[in-house]
Amino acid sequence: MEFDPFVLARIQFAANISFHILFPTISIGLCWVLLYFRTRFTLSGDKDWEFAYYFWVKIFALTFAIGVVTGITMSFQFGTNWPGFMEKAGNIAGPLLGYEVLTAFFLEASFLGIMLFGKNRVSNRMHLISAALVTAGTTFSAFWILSLNSWMQTPDGYTVQNGVIMVESWWDIIFNPSFPYRFMHMLVACLLTTAFFIAGVSAWRAKKNVDGPATWKVIRTGMFMAAILTPVQIFIGDMHGLNTLEHQPAKLAAIEGIWETERGVGLTLFGFPDEQARKTHWKIEIPKAASLILTHDMNGEIKGLNEFEGEHPPVAIVFWSFRIMVGIGFLMLMVSWWASAQLLRNTARKTMLINVLSVMTFSGWVAVLSGWYVTEIGRQPWIVNGILTTKDVVADHGSGMVLTTLIAYLAIYAFLLASYILTLRHLASKPAKSLETLQQKAQNQQSTLNNTDASGTEAL
Amino acid sequence: MNIEQILPLIFAGIMGFALLVYIILDGYDLGIGMLLPLANEQEKDQMVASIGPFWDANETWIVLGIGVLLIAFPKAHGIILTTLYFPVTLMLIGLILRGVSFDFRVKAKTEHKKMWNNLFFLGSLIASVSQGWMLGFYVMGLEPSGLSFIYACAIAIALPVLYIMLGCGWLFVKTEGPLYIKATRWARLTVIPLGIGLFLISIGTPLASPQIAEKWLTLPAAIGLLPIPIITLIAFFTIIWALQKDKIMSKKHEWITFACMIVICIMSSLGLAYSIFPDIIIGQLTLWETASSTASLKFTLVGVAIAVPMIIFYTFFIYRIFSGKATELSYD
Repeated sequence: MEFDPFVLARIQFAANISFHILFPTISIGLCWVLLYFRTRFTLSGDKDWEFAYYFWVKIFALTFAIGVVTGITMSFQFGTNWPGFMEKAGNIAGPLLGYEVLTAFFLEASFLGIMLFGKNRVSNRMHLISAALVTAGTTFSAFWILSLNSWMQTPDGYTVQNGVIMVESWWDIIFNPSFPYRFMHMLVACLLTTAFFIAGVSAWRAKKNVDGPATWKVIRTGMFMAAILTPVQIFIGDMHGLNTLEHQPAKLAAIEGIWETERGVGLTLFGFPDEQARKTHWKIEIPKAASLILTHDMNGEIKGLNEFEGEHPPVAIVFWSFRIMVGIGFLMLMVSWWASAQLLRNTARKTMLINVLSVMTFSGWVAVLSGWYVTEIGRQPWIVNGILTTKDVVADHGSGMVLTTLIAYLAIYAFLLASYILTLRHLASKPAKSLETLQQKAQNQQSTLNNTDASGTEAL
Repeated sequence: MNIEQILPLIFAGIMGFALLVYIILDGYDLGIGMLLPLANEQEKDQMVASIGPFWDANETWIVLGIGVLLIAFPKAHGIILTTLYFPVTLMLIGLILRGVSFDFRVKAKTEHKKMWNNLFFLGSLIASVSQGWMLGFYVMGLEPSGLSFIYACAIAIALPVLYIMLGCGWLFVKTEGPLYIKATRWARLTVIPLGIGLFLISIGTPLASPQIAEKWLTLPAAIGLLPIPIITLIAFFTIIWALQKDKIMSKKHEWITFACMIVICIMSSLGLAYSIFPDIIIGQLTLWETASSTASLKFTLVGVAIAVPMIIFYTFFIYRIFSGKATELSYD
């Protein structure tokens, strides 16, 4: 059987970015949470916050390391899989990626060392500053890469000369039309994923009876955060959708499963889009609702997929991914409000709370992946919307070569994901009490060491 | 020279600098990774602790180097990375394994620590060997032939040896006690193949590549270039001198091996840069032929001019904070 190298290159890149994005999503969000823990500890001196900080900073380091190494893979794959993209759009993509390296990668990688190992070497203030710098680094990184991604979705500020894309205005390129929405949407997605992640792992600790007082503080942090941010996210998501309607109508038509350009379009809640028949089977729809939501007019016109024949994305996967993302969003809304109410009332139906939260641990990952599938598959067949198709920029490797490396990557990623979750489980199952005694011991040892040092110096 | 001609030169300089820093900094990390199986359990922890706070930032330098290649010379970036598709993939797999093992080995269950130690070693080895192979193949102008293959294989052995020596030098700086003694033994075993390697590359490269021979072996260039081999030789013999029993044990000399290795790396890079210049792919494309637009280069240069000095500054700052002998890795 002969595979199409183009399809394989896409599968390989998709596998890499899908696996990669899981980890930055948590590290970007978790970093803000760590900064919050550290600040609470600094302000109150409450040891529980310090405990929460050191517990989660270890998980942060692990997550960050996997994010870094898979990110490096991606930076090379731009060249190995899509050399045409860099040749034609390099004038824009290059500097944006360069700014990410310069302003983000070094900052986070350097100061992470202090967050992890600096305990006995720097003051609490320096520690707090380091945490803030790492947080700034991860957020800058999201800024630049989302700017580039958004530019590929809604290009602006460029001209084309001899088939090469040239810069006209950096401001228009960086702050291209979809960037503010995508950036906010992703940042909040990171925070929400993290909120359910920390609450879920902590709930699991409570379930295994290895929790301490810090565990419940973390659960409260996570759920209150989610209760506030989920509605914000739904609002941003809606604005993002309006922006897509304006700039990428083909993607939006695929999301909604709309085939014909019509007025007063119904909102399809459920159905099976069929690209051959060019219709959606078994659809359940709310009359006129899509027009109302998207154009704020019951009889507003929405362009259908048939306007873009041959130039629109595969419909079913975009349609379904979108519904999974939105479904999880509303699930998060219900869970976080219910959990917050339970936690506030303190009557706490704890067993149920714990069970629900542990089930939700990785819910953010599913939502983030489906969201990215909507936006990235929804951009096809273009790599830069309206200017450059994905097929035009692919490297010409034999399919055997791409298949071999694809299998190697998939094997490693499966192994890493399993190791990550098992290690998380292992770290989470250490009883809080024993960890405290360990910390105590380490501190005692350190002070004895310092004393010997001091007496040693005196003797000299 | 106008700005269009100068900008690619500046970026070639930045790229060279980033890759040189990468070879020195991640070189010692990778070298220590390759030495890991020779140490006992406690020493392994010490070795990993000696690179703990640094490896992540060290690895970032290759991202900057490749990033500049991409930003400033997109066409060359495409050609180089597609030609080197397979070794690049191998290197990435090596770097992935090395990077994650570092964290997993202390966090996963104790019974899995051995496996992560092995993967840490394997990842470091794979990354170093594939980097060496790519460097060799690149110097041969990315032209597939029997000769390029042999040359690439030779560098695939030589570069890991260089990394191991850097690793030993770093261990002298960061460790003490039995591990220090062991590192001395490793360094003494490494220095001979290192010397042979440097010698063979120096005479082999002009033999293998007529373009490079022409650049080095014509007067007056040959005289002007003499300092490069001479300084390398001095640094190399200083290492041999410093590895003597009475010298190596004295506190004063802890830094000598690492410092001399830095000198050797700088000299080799200068030699390499001279051999390649003004091409970016030897015999095929010059820097200017592949440079991206002036607008893009100017925009990036602003960022580089502000960020790189800051990066260098806080890198020094962090090496200062973690200076002195590495204590055991204390996550808990």
